[in-house]
Amino acid sequence: MAKITMREAISQALMEEMDRDPSVFIMGEEVGVWGGTYAVTKGFYDKYGPERVKDTPIAENAIIGGAIGAAMVGQRPIAELMTINFAFSAMDYIVNQAPKLHYMFGGQFKVPMVIRAVGGGGRQLGATHSQTPDVIFAHFPGLKVVSPGTPEDAKGLLKSAIRSDDPIMFIENATMYQIRGEVPEGEYTIPIGVSKIQRPGNDATIVTYAKGLELSMQAADQLAKEGIQVEIVDLRSLRPLDMGPVLESFKKTNRAVIVEEGWKSYGIGAEIATRIYTDAFDYVDAPILRVAQKEVPLPYNRTLEQSALPQVTDIVAAVKEVMK
Amino acid sequence: MNKEKKLQMYREMVLIRRLEKRGAELYQAGKIGGFMHLYIGQEAVSTGIVAAREPRDRVITAYRDHGVALNCGISANEVMAELLGKATGMSKGKGGSMHMADPDKNMWGGHAIVGGHLPIASGMALGDQYAGNDNVTICMFGEGATNIGYFHEALNLSKIWGLRVLWVCENNEYGMGTAVNRASAVSDIRQKAEGYRMKNGRVNGRDVLKVHDAAKEAIDYVRTNSEPYLLEVETYRLRGHSMGDPERYRTQDEVLKRKENEPIRTFRKQLLAKKTTTAKKLDEIDAEVDVEVQKAIEFAEASPEPAPEALWENVYVE
Repeated sequence: MAKITMREAISQALMEEMDRDPSVFIMGEEVGVWGGTYAVTKGFYDKYGPERVKDTPIAENAIIGGAIGAAMVGQRPIAELMTINFAFSAMDYIVNQAPKLHYMFGGQFKVPMVIRAVGGGGRQLGATHSQTPDVIFAHFPGLKVVSPGTPEDAKGLLKSAIRSDDPIMFIENATMYQIRGEVPEGEYTIPIGVSKIQRPGNDATIVTYAKGLELSMQAADQLAKEGIQVEIVDLRSLRPLDMGPVLESFKKTNRAVIVEEGWKSYGIGAEIATRIYTDAFDYVDAPILRVAQKEVPLPYNRTLEQSALPQVTDIVAAVKEVMK
Repeated sequence: MNKEKKLQMYREMVLIRRLEKRGAELYQAGKIGGFMHLYIGQEAVSTGIVAAREPRDRVITAYRDHGVALNCGISANEVMAELLGKATGMSKGKGGSMHMADPDKNMWGGHAIVGGHLPIASGMALGDQYAGNDNVTICMFGEGATNIGYFHEALNLSKIWGLRVLWVCENNEYGMGTAVNRASAVSDIRQKAEGYRMKNGRVNGRDVLKVHDAAKEAIDYVRTNSEPYLLEVETYRLRGHSMGDPERYRTQDEVLKRKENEPIRTFRKQLLAKKTTTAKKLDEIDAEVDVEVQKAIEFAEASPEPAPEALWENVYVE
């Protein structure tokens, strides 16, 4: 097992799939000559050329709409959104076109497209460039939404996404590109729509994904020092949602905290908690708690911004609360 | 153009007209639901355009799509069955009037969001460019779609990347109920192509042969030069925007006047004046089409509803 960064894992997945399948190409803002604004596609332009690494105008409808069209006629485009906040400019394509085309035409069209989108707060980018709106995309049947929390998962899930015949929103977190993790040597893929226990424990269940996983792992270390062993279930994909490991864990611990970086209202925590209450009601020993972003547009000031984002201490406190 | 092709075009125009007239009756009878936008009055546009393409050229259009579907060779049976929401429709009753398609016939829909299919058309042409073929994507849309951002992003992309798209703007003078000069800074839509240094032209959309010739020339240009082209087609819809249109934005006099040189009557006169055929032959075609439409209605009415489990089918490929 090699230890690599999230950025390297995503780059490797892209490169391996481009080497494997000539119908795969990348299009987006500054993906080529610049090398990607987060350097994920650094070196790609020189290796694959402008035909396969396409610099687009700053025009999100052309990027996502164009990728849909190319996918419909048999290519496998990977459309990159410089940030997920720009997805709103292309919302029609992401939620109202790509997820509908297969169904609405009775199975006649396929849209094998991956949208890579970078989200998350904590970088003092202000309210319009710092959001974690993942749940919005997960609302729409026909779209798959994947958001990894480890380099191993990022690589394996992205490779599966590129090979999938369905449109997939692949959400990365900008503050996680530098995190390191072990990645298997050689070729592997990870199926989309399968949750994973990232840390075993018996006392309480944390359900989370992406940035929430990073924070929850730190919280778990602290809690362990106090003798509390939490089990962390990583959703990895928000649609399809695999509740199997969540319910299994909850039936063992009878307590749960749900951690997400996005806002609490109408969020992923609300969905997961409802499903637990519905499907494991007899196992509930304490109200399920949610740790999420405070309900304000994110401010620029570092201290203010951090105070709005979920922190490790919030998770520790929530676990202790459900353990009472 | 030989006589057979001209008669085929005449036949297609009559088929669109008569299928839609019967469709309107079925709509009033409550057998067709949702939105239904009739192409009556514009038949010469799609007929001339589609007749000018090679079979490998793709066609994509907006929600006023029955005509394009029939021109591309989708059967009257399938069109009528889809209108009635039956399992035998080409979209299995899940798309309806606005979502007709058959990729095997290079008819790529039937798209219901105004302007939304334009970037998709650029993308299809991008896919063909990437595959290294010289297929042309023919993208049809109303003049109302030229005021929305999609149009501009799509035209710009097609120009900077040299994509083989023939943009066909059907200027029928009204975007829903708003006259073109109230909605667009320029009424000559072709001028908008100039902003993208894109070759463009305009043709009288009531004359199917002129439409065909202009489209042929434009398609050849697009294919040969690997450049997009915008063709503005002047046309007029004789029915409301959709079935529920009170038409307060225009007078009956205006519509009646336009009916005088509507495209089917115009073509019929041309064919007779040039002695291409006889009135008897054209009447025979009309009668054959009536039978075809009647049979399509019978087929659609006798067809099964989608099975309950169809609800869950085709949400995902995998």
